[in-house]
Amino acid sequence: MSRQPLIDLEHISKSFDGEMVLDDLNLTIHENEFLTLLGPSGCGKTTTLRILGGFVTPDQGKVIFDGKDITNLAPNKRNLNTVFQKYALFPHMNVAENIAFGLKISGKTDAYIRDKISYALKLVNLEGYEKRNPMSLSGGQQQRIAIARAIVNEPKVLLLDEPLGALDLKLRQEMQYELVRLKNELGITFVYVTHDQEEALTMSDTVVVMNQGYIQQMGTPEDIYNEPENAFVADFIGDSNIIDGIMIQDKLVEILGVRFVCVDTGFGTNQPVDVVIRPEDLILGAPGRGVLDGVVTNLIFKGVHYEMEVMANGYEWLVQSTVARQPGEKVSLFVDPFNIQIMNKPASDDEKAVDPDEYE
Amino acid sequence: MVKTKSFLQKFYVGLIFTILYAPIAVLIVCSFNASKARTIWGGFTLDWYVQLFQNEAVIDAVKTSLMLTTSAALIATLLGTFACIGMTVMSKRSQAVIGTVTNIPMLNADIVTGIAIMLLFVRFMKLGYTSMLIGHVTLGIPYVILNVNPRLRSASKTTYEAALDLGAGPVYAFIKVVLPELMPGIMAGFLMAFTISLDDFIITYFTKGAGINTISTMLYQEVRRGINPEMYAMSTLLFLAILLILFVVNRIGAKQDEMKVY
Amino acid sequence: MNTNKRKLLTGPYLVWAVGFIILPLLMILYYGLTNDSGSFTLDNLLAIADPIHAKALWESVLIALGSTLISLVIAYPLAYILSNMGGNKSGTIIMLFMLPMWINFLLRIMALQMILANTGILNAILGFFGIGPLHIMYSKTAILIGMVYEYLPFMILPIYNVMCKIDRNVIDAARDLGADTKTVFMHVIMPLSLPGVLSGIIMVFIPGISEFVIADILGGSKVLLIGNVIDQEFSLTNNWHLGSGLSIVLMIFIFISMAIMNKYDKSGEGQMIW
Repeated sequence: MSRQPLIDLEHISKSFDGEMVLDDLNLTIHENEFLTLLGPSGCGKTTTLRILGGFVTPDQGKVIFDGKDITNLAPNKRNLNTVFQKYALFPHMNVAENIAFGLKISGKTDAYIRDKISYALKLVNLEGYEKRNPMSLSGGQQQRIAIARAIVNEPKVLLLDEPLGALDLKLRQEMQYELVRLKNELGITFVYVTHDQEEALTMSDTVVVMNQGYIQQMGTPEDIYNEPENAFVADFIGDSNIIDGIMIQDKLVEILGVRFVCVDTGFGTNQPVDVVIRPEDLILGAPGRGVLDGVVTNLIFKGVHYEMEVMANGYEWLVQSTVARQPGEKVSLFVDPFNIQIMNKPASDDEKAVDPDEYE
Repeated sequence: MVKTKSFLQKFYVGLIFTILYAPIAVLIVCSFNASKARTIWGGFTLDWYVQLFQNEAVIDAVKTSLMLTTSAALIATLLGTFACIGMTVMSKRSQAVIGTVTNIPMLNADIVTGIAIMLLFVRFMKLGYTSMLIGHVTLGIPYVILNVNPRLRSASKTTYEAALDLGAGPVYAFIKVVLPELMPGIMAGFLMAFTISLDDFIITYFTKGAGINTISTMLYQEVRRGINPEMYAMSTLLFLAILLILFVVNRIGAKQDEMKVY
Repeated sequence: MNTNKRKLLTGPYLVWAVGFIILPLLMILYYGLTNDSGSFTLDNLLAIADPIHAKALWESVLIALGSTLISLVIAYPLAYILSNMGGNKSGTIIMLFMLPMWINFLLRIMALQMILANTGILNAILGFFGIGPLHIMYSKTAILIGMVYEYLPFMILPIYNVMCKIDRNVIDAARDLGADTKTVFMHVIMPLSLPGVLSGIIMVFIPGISEFVIADILGGSKVLLIGNVIDQEFSLTNNWHLGSGLSIVLMIFIFISMAIMNKYDKSGEGQMIW
């Protein structure tokens, strides 16, 4: 899985109207990687993508592509293509003309263009749509045309700006598989921007979680989900119980007045920390059998599992389980030490987590 | 109950349109009226049409009007469209200032606009075709900007970027992608500037030089001594010609709209 | 990107705007605020207090208000009915209202005169039913009819445009919440169509207050409006300073009414939607 670095973003800063959007961002994107920039709106992910595409020039820092500095190169001179958020198909051209647009500019022959169009349409499962008007197609079909239009130019990198945002849930899930298949077939790098954590976890090789112009965490989807580095990441990725705690000593943390055994070390003694416990890691038992006793206050059926709220020691715990417990029922909570995630409190206000629910 | 209501509604719409078009019908009828007296029907004739083509003063006025209106609308469309494109990259503040200045000729009374331009030309140059043209262009530009600006703001940004992304240079991207999207707005702006200019009397009246006549100013002179029926014939022909042009333009417009509807 | 190059495209228009919008207005200011010998004076502005001028301005305001009001009363239900007809007819309807403008304005007013004249078509029709004859011509009523006729499309189009843009879901929602037709109209359609009404009022009132040609033809010089006074200062008495001074007063009047309108038009998008 060793991959060659393809793009280097070095010390990128950008502000709009005096507001800092990106602050000293460093990021390496590898060849043949599916990299996702994930974060709430206003976190700087789209700006990062637009810097890659050449639509925004950073105030500071360099963009190195294939060893060359392309920071100030015009978008039309870059060997990468973008799939735009709302597809940006040309409404006055038919599907074939849309796809041929880039090829005509690079002076390809008619025969080559024709071949490419039918190849690309086959690739996105829209054979025979050449003469159709893009505006008469459904959102999912427009999406595929936008992808076809970008990939016929054989870019080294495909930039995708929330491409599935306008689609309904079912189609979105289908397209997720489709995109991964496309990426493997084309063997190129995908840089994908989204605020949907499920999309990011499903498709990516690497997820970059961003907030307020900073990279909060970067890693494989498993890393990001299982080992969130701070409360923001934990809260943004999946559902979490995030509780103030005090690290008593290595492998022992106190939450809500109760001491829990954990596996983390190196936080010092008597240090305030954030503690993350995923709702599926909380195990319900008979009263007195777990670490905490509580009362179920709420029950929702979620399809694969039940989701419950359990009031224990003054905190409303989110619990997921395949077994339903009725509201009012007394239960105990147990958690495996391995599933307790300890995180440092943010050092400054700058890094402080923004509640992602405030956005979107 | 519902039926009477819908009948009343249709009747009302019909009535207003009848009133709106009645004077035009009167004019057309008059153009075929053999009697010069306006309220007496003296039998059908085409004489006025024949005489029209022999009356050089009228022909000259029509030519001047059409020349003036067409060139004013063209210049206004060019200036206005370019101005809109340039304005997209300006700060909000500059846009607001330009927008306010642009609205002045549209919101100010025509008589004031006309007099203002007249004063400028009498003082520093001479009244003539040029001053008239400038008056008409000034009158038309706001309507062009009004029609082009919303189109420019709504559509072009992402498609323009998509074109750049696919390797197009800025000029190529503009011509191939932005311009076609703006076209309906530009056409509507042109049409409005043309209409306003053709219908104008006041600006023409104040800014025209001696010896030049447009249809408007010629009619104004004739109002007191009774209008020559050739003028009815002339406007009937003009009306039909414009109807034809509108029909064609509308057809093209409809085709473009078809694509946008979905 | 080369945003600076793109800004240059606005250049020609800016030169034009300064040269032919702002400079001419400065000329009016100059003439209006000086006398024959070129020294500063406010006499030309204060001349509005002259009883003849003041009466002309007053008559103009009344006639402009009257024609605005009548246009509104006629146009509002019409726009409502037309917008309810639905379909993709909006282009055609707008065309139908613009079409009369392709016949020269003076000719249309002349034709109106033929209809309204004592021995005209209207009286002929009324006479057939044993009514009349009405003596409409050469009166304020004639001017009012002429102005309503001329400016009605400017009232209909903006109102029609906003009404077409009202989301049908909003109306359905109101019905769903128990509103009857009357309530829907009063509490949903009326407030939402207000921007169109405001721009319609502006587009009728402003040309109305400065009108002088219609008054000339249909009023038969019996009614003197402020537009006639200004016109005469330029075309007859050649007192440009006085004419400019009165023009400034007219402009101030227009700007005051615009300011009043803008106060009501909170959305700011009411201006000129046609």
